[in-house]
Amino acid sequence: MIEGARWRKWVFFYVPMALFLLFLLFPFYWMVITSVRPDGELYRPWNSSNYNPFWTWKPTWDHVRYLFEETLFASWLWNTTFIALASTAISLVCGVFAGYALSRLNFPFAGSLGTGIFITYLVPQTLLFIPLAEIIRNYRLGDTPWSLILTYPTFLTPFCTWLMMGYFKAVPKELEECARIDGASRWQAMLYIVIPVAIPGILSAGIFAFTLSWNEFIYALVFLSSPEQKTVPVGVTSELIRGDVFYWGPLMAGALLGSIPVAIAYSFFVEHYVAGLTGSVKG
Amino acid sequence: MSISAVSTTTLREAPPPRRQRLLEDERWLAFVLLAPTIVLLGMFIAYPFIRGILLSVTSSRVGMPGDFVGLANFYKIFNDGIFRTAVYNTFLYTGVTTVFKLGLGLWLAMLLNRNFRGKAFIRAFILLPFIIPTVLSTFAWKWMFDPTFSVLNWLLYHLGLITGRINWLGDPDLAMISIIIVNIWRGVPFFAISLLAGLQTISPELNEAAAIDGAKPWQRFWHITWPLLLPVTMVVMLFSVIQTFADFQIVYVMTGGGPANATHLFATYAYQIGIGTGLLSEGAAISLAMFPVLLLVVIIQLLYIRRVEVR
Repeated sequence: MIEGARWRKWVFFYVPMALFLLFLLFPFYWMVITSVRPDGELYRPWNSSNYNPFWTWKPTWDHVRYLFEETLFASWLWNTTFIALASTAISLVCGVFAGYALSRLNFPFAGSLGTGIFITYLVPQTLLFIPLAEIIRNYRLGDTPWSLILTYPTFLTPFCTWLMMGYFKAVPKELEECARIDGASRWQAMLYIVIPVAIPGILSAGIFAFTLSWNEFIYALVFLSSPEQKTVPVGVTSELIRGDVFYWGPLMAGALLGSIPVAIAYSFFVEHYVAGLTGSVKG
Repeated sequence: MSISAVSTTTLREAPPPRRQRLLEDERWLAFVLLAPTIVLLGMFIAYPFIRGILLSVTSSRVGMPGDFVGLANFYKIFNDGIFRTAVYNTFLYTGVTTVFKLGLGLWLAMLLNRNFRGKAFIRAFILLPFIIPTVLSTFAWKWMFDPTFSVLNWLLYHLGLITGRINWLGDPDLAMISIIIVNIWRGVPFFAISLLAGLQTISPELNEAAAIDGAKPWQRFWHITWPLLLPVTMVVMLFSVIQTFADFQIVYVMTGGGPANATHLFATYAYQIGIGTGLLSEGAAISLAMFPVLLLVVIIQLLYIRRVEVR
């Protein structure tokens, strides 16, 4: 760098970067500090004297204990995990198969089908939740995990298909042809040659689908009604607020603990997640 | 060598079962592979969409099938003051947040595109607002905006910027601003990481060559980086516009549409009418009112992707 660029680096790099990090990460810090802070400190008006909101000297596990002893938080965690894993598995199978067909096979209407699946990828959940709630009721799926396991793939599968198409297109045709000459059927060539090559793509699609279904809210809010069936986002919203009273300690503890599984899954596969995110945009 | 030759001939002699022969045909294989996806999307997207349209022209309520009423529901909502506010809010919310998300996201992407220590680590942390369940992180914001215990008020007060408390979620305009801030907070990482991926495909040699020719940083950005980044920017923006236009979670948690129904969006108002008060057909009509705008965005996106592909 040129002489005298030191202050420039501070003004144009360090300071804006620090402000971005502060803005983006402060709410998480606030979640953590609130969930271990005793109620006596929590509910002090913002302008009372001698009050430092950013630290506590008396950390407590009360809120976490409340969450597991007085609410069904453990079952919400289990429900969310089960639903997210099952709907991710369904979407991956559908997405890998559909992606393979659309990117590597010749058949009539391939182009328009691809466009159709892309359009469903862009359909937001809030467009259809009311008629879908009726349909779920008619199929007698209401208030069961299956209502979500079957509907989440509607927004996960198009995304998986779209991402897998990109990965399959990059696998050279010769690889498949070699296997076919050696006597493999089309089905075998797909299963044993092409799909293994695309495993990084499957991982990306899987981790992305898992976080999306863990985050889903409106379907879970509308389709589930009994407390023991709820997922973490819905359970925290509906069971930790009574009328106008917010139980902020347990609420923040629940928000934190409900975020940790998805944050752990994400931290193991950051590169795959980023590949999935950018792949989903570029196609 | 000779053994494998024998084994392949024996394999060839046995005729493959009928099912396998069918799968050798590309069209049948494609059909089999696509069937699960098509059934799924047909049952839970296409069918609900048709049901939604049929529902919106009846007078159904929860537990009551209702009669055909034509466009009465649409007529009713267009004359509804709260619905009009919701339409205005949705456009304002989408417009303002998209501008900020694009600006801040691009800025952050340019910062991240430099080489510095701990880059991978910081990039991983920056995505947190986007991957953490929105409802849960929005609760953290709601707590930060709490009227009596707000840490933001504490901060502004101790910085000497305010003397009394600010009732963030109690005032219609401030509540809207608060919601917009949360949406920007959630969306900036998505823009930044996607645009960073776009920036990384631009060869640094282009910028170096321009710098040698005497182009100033601003000129280099405007004439080299921005045009090359435009395709990615367009796609990211259109995705974000659809998600923001149909947003539900942030408003539902932050204000529930209040105070006095001043901060509703399409989705939250549809929920309040359709699920809250049980007027299913009217709720479905409000949801469907989003459709023309979404369709327009999707068409723009499809045309744009096709144009980029043709080039």
